[in-house]
Parts: sequence; structure tokens; C-alpha cells
Amino acid sequence: MAMSAGEIEALIRAALPDAQVTIEDLRGDGDHYAATVVSAAFRGKSRVQQHQMVYAALQGRMGGALHALALQTSPPQD
Amino acid sequence: MSNPVFERIQADITENPVVLYMKGTAMFPQCGFSARVVQILMHMGVKFKGVNVLEDPGLREGIKQFTNWPTIPQLYVKGEFVGGCDIVTEMFQSGELASLLTEKGVAFKPAVA
Repeated sequence: MAMSAGEIEALIRAALPDAQVTIEDLRGDGDHYAATVVSAAFRGKSRVQQHQMVYAALQGRMGGALHALALQTSPPQD
Repeated sequence: MSNPVFERIQADITENPVVLYMKGTAMFPQCGFSARVVQILMHMGVKFKGVNVLEDPGLREGIKQFTNWPTIPQLYVKGEFVGGCDIVTEMFQSGELASLLTEKGVAFKPAVA
């Protein structure tokens, strides 16, 4: 059921090609991750909308194959 | 398009200023993420209605569709979805949660400085 950090990153990048994705495997069990996603696509979106975009990129795996993904999202600082 | 689960959720979040959809109860949370949001709300002295989704499989799936959000917990303030554990934690730490509650007219005990 678990997913690799690489798979998560690939799915996010497929939907948000400019995204800078940093993923940490919190327990080394392939099941509890923390991800930071920075993308220009987040500009002007609320936090809820930003997270929804990442969840959409994961195509239903969040809450299923992916048990825990702590998310932090933001547009690039400039 | 009447869906009894959606109607119940809509009624709950309309009638109660602060509603937390969670796993377990406020006294006995059954998931660390739910426990963290309960802790934040209690720390802030916010009165809330806790809804245990583990007691109702229809609600457990229904709330995910209703909000378009794949995980539990889910916090609603004045009928509006605020976020899950990550967003609520971030907003608590930055003070945005207190501002939101004030703006929405929800009473709470301001944190002791």
C-alpha cells in the first residue's frame, strides 16, 4: 500500500511542472511523509485551494495508499 | 441531488459555529491528527461540536466528498471549511486562527501572554 517519495514527487510534478518538491519520509516506513511544495500555480489561491491542488495531483491516493502526508504549500517568494 | 449525508453536514455546520469532523471524540481522540486539532481548540478556549466519523461510515466518506478533502480531521467555522490538521496548525502558530475566529465573531479565550 505504501508509496515511495519518488512516486509522490513525480505525481505532483506531473500536475504542477514548475513545482519545487521536498519530501521527507518521517518514519522511514514509506507511509508517513512531510512534503513542501512551492509552485507559481499557488499564487492568489487560499491554503485550502493549494492543498486541494496537491491532493488532486495525487489522484485519490491521499487517504488511501498514502496514509499521512503533512503538507506545506506556498507560491515562490520573490 | 438530495443526499441525506450532505444535508446533515450542511445542517450541522450551519447550526454550530465551530464543528470538527474527527476520528474519536474530543475526550478520546483516536488519531494523532484529530488529537492535535482538539488540543489547539481547547488551548484557545474555543467551544466546538466534535463529530466522530468513526461512528458512521456514510459520514466518514460523505464529509470527504462534501469538502473535496481526502482526510480527517476537518474544521468548519461558521459554515466555512478552514482546513485539516496542517492548515489549522499553521494558522494557529501564525495567529491567523485567532484572527479568523474574531472576524467570524466566535468567542474564545485569548491565549495568556
